[in-house]
Amino acid sequence: MNKTLIAYAVSIATLLVAIWLGVSIGAVKIPIETLWSNSDATASNILWKIRMPRVLLAGIVGASLAISGAAFQGLLKNPLADPYTLGVSSGASVGAVVTLFFGISLPVLGAYTLPVFSMVGAAATMFLVIGFARLVDRSMKMETIILTGIIFGSFLGSVLSLMIALTQEELRQIVGWLLGSVSMRGWNYITMVLPFFIIGSFILWLNRRELNAMLFGEERAHHLGVNVKRRKLQILIGGSVLTGSAVAVSGTIGFVGLVVPHMTRMMWGSDHRHVLPLSLCNGAALLIICDLVARTIISPAELPVGVITAFIGAPVFAYIFYKQRRKGAM
Amino acid sequence: MLQVNQVSGGYDKKLIVRNVSFHVEKGEVLGILGPNGSGKSTLLKIISGILPKQSGTVTIDGKPASSYTQKQFARKVAVLPQLHAHAFSHTVKDTVGLGRYPHQTGLFSSWSEQDEKAVQDAMNYTGITRYADTPIELLSGGEQQRVFVAQALAQEAPILLLDEPTNHLDIAHQQQLLDTIRNQAHQKGITVISVFHDINLAALYCDRLLLLRQGEVAISGRPQDVVLEQEIRTVYNARVKTQPHPELPKPQMTLLPNLQEETQLFRVKKEDVVVQGDHVLVQAKQPLKTISSAVHNAGMGWYRTFINRGVHFTYNIDDVQKENTEYLRSHGYHLTDTVAMMTAVSPEHVVVEEYQGDFGSIVIAVTAGIGNAVDVSKSWQREDSWYVGTINTWVFINGALAEEAFVQAMITATEAKTKALQDEKVLDPESGTIATGTSTDSLLIASTQQGNYIPYAGPITQLGKLIGRGVYECTVQAIHSYRQAKEEFQ
Repeated sequence: MNKTLIAYAVSIATLLVAIWLGVSIGAVKIPIETLWSNSDATASNILWKIRMPRVLLAGIVGASLAISGAAFQGLLKNPLADPYTLGVSSGASVGAVVTLFFGISLPVLGAYTLPVFSMVGAAATMFLVIGFARLVDRSMKMETIILTGIIFGSFLGSVLSLMIALTQEELRQIVGWLLGSVSMRGWNYITMVLPFFIIGSFILWLNRRELNAMLFGEERAHHLGVNVKRRKLQILIGGSVLTGSAVAVSGTIGFVGLVVPHMTRMMWGSDHRHVLPLSLCNGAALLIICDLVARTIISPAELPVGVITAFIGAPVFAYIFYKQRRKGAM
Repeated sequence: MLQVNQVSGGYDKKLIVRNVSFHVEKGEVLGILGPNGSGKSTLLKIISGILPKQSGTVTIDGKPASSYTQKQFARKVAVLPQLHAHAFSHTVKDTVGLGRYPHQTGLFSSWSEQDEKAVQDAMNYTGITRYADTPIELLSGGEQQRVFVAQALAQEAPILLLDEPTNHLDIAHQQQLLDTIRNQAHQKGITVISVFHDINLAALYCDRLLLLRQGEVAISGRPQDVVLEQEIRTVYNARVKTQPHPELPKPQMTLLPNLQEETQLFRVKKEDVVVQGDHVLVQAKQPLKTISSAVHNAGMGWYRTFINRGVHFTYNIDDVQKENTEYLRSHGYHLTDTVAMMTAVSPEHVVVEEYQGDFGSIVIAVTAGIGNAVDVSKSWQREDSWYVGTINTWVFINGALAEEAFVQAMITATEAKTKALQDEKVLDPESGTIATGTSTDSLLIASTQQGNYIPYAGPITQLGKLIGRGVYECTVQAIHSYRQAKEEFQ
């Protein structure tokens, strides 16, 4: 119990520090008082119009990727799984690129066209992956789903490349978007992604104990009273809502969904009642810091945040992998 | 409690279980047996709802199993899984706590006092409380299995299904686990259905057994009605022999190996009985199937060395086992190979004869001291302590005896001995009547179990006739020899 309290305290404190650093550091240094005093109009403007939406968006995207990664890892009983392994994020990218490529904007959806198409892409991919996996193996073993996800992911990746090759003037925009960025998005992007973030996270949180049971295998979960088929579907839908909306607003940002849940588990144990909310906090904090580094490290130029997450994430991931294998060997 | 009626099912279109029906009462332990591929595990998976059934009904507590939701079902039926590896680690307590999943409802499904109590009770019962905060993967296989037993118990379901629960466990853990489950079944009235690989374990721990053959019920009933040589032979296609458990009224079976080695034929001959120092000795080339009332290694068994040891009549009989063991050891005899008796008669007074019959031959060796002769019909009037054994009879048979024949051989030999005492007019000194034996006579029947099969050894069978005549003649001679020696001594 004590350990759990410490875990939450540490994670929330880290998140608050990350937000504070995220809003105050930059070309113009913003003092913390700006949050509540209105004395410096310029600083206040920068804080509320530029920094805060960017930091919050980075936080929401990081949280979305991390919590869905945690859920997918638990569901697949595979610490190396994440939205990308299932092909869900490639599907979301295709959905988003199609929207950008054809300049689609549906009248009812308006600003939500991009995230909705992205989610539709994510969900469609997911159902294709599951449908195909079911064709291959009726009992839907997790290995089958992962392999199918890899196949579909590679296929969708080539579709993306083809579309980019066919584009001319929009090329730069799409490539920049693909590399992943949370810059210059503004408040409207936050209002666009927030409902999906809340719904997706809530769906996953409802399945926290089911995820615990599924760590022992689907058959075991079934025996413990889990309605495995329904719960699996809920988790996959929740995960693709989160992945789809995150990809829609920020493009493909890798490794957050893989590294954050993994490190959270290593530090605080693999009880999903805590892994899910803790991953959410840690994912948000990590992406805020990464974005901070991305926009300051070679300022005034800016790196896409996906470059930073991959740059930090890959070695960290390799290290964890190595440690785990060593532990397993002994 | 649980009723399975005409159930068929399997994987895809292949039927593995066909028309299986049985029922289990509350508190009963049912074992499902059968060779590999006979559908044991499939049947269990159909009952637990992992596999769909194609026809038939499974009724739990009077309602069809399919009418329960997954959670309701889990409150009725708990399943103990086979051991497997885990990618992520849970602590022992969290793992056991998952057993409470079907009892938790609502959005926040808070942990109630009852949940906590069920988990604590289950951990106490299985002896894993001290590991509560240990990650499960740090435990040994046997301890992990106990954690999952605790998980299933925490589920507090009235029915428990087990699929080969003792797989990969050593015998101490097998016993521990099955004792726990059996005791739970009896104390809390839990109904247990378990698939077994090991027929002997199933026979020991189950009230009833169900033997499957190619997906159908071959036979079901109490262990003693199922573990039968003929049934096991037809269903498993293996040669077995059954025997009772030494301490419980449960049948056990052993394999009869079909070895390619050539059997070395051998016989016990008159010349094999020799006097060596203070004892009569037989050392057979191979072990003989023996039944005896000897001092060392009495009862039934396979032995090669037979000793009839002459001791002084003042021999202190109080700690005979220990003294005799020391004696055998100091003389270089292998303790587990040797049957030893004692007599107050000097070993050179042994009478040895060989008798030929159609089936083979027998060798008889008798030492007789009749100082403590007793008329068994009057012995209730006596109040004496134990003496050193006095009439020791050995019967070696070159043949293959049925168990029945062993018992009849003992009767026949005893009757012949009594007749010899009667004809020699040996008296019980207390009652003055004709004695039937002495107070501590010993008998040994040993057989090579080679050659002709001998089903009976009653007094008018071939073997019985030889034993009757042989034991009578040898005992008479031995009594003469004893009397003669006594006269010379005086």
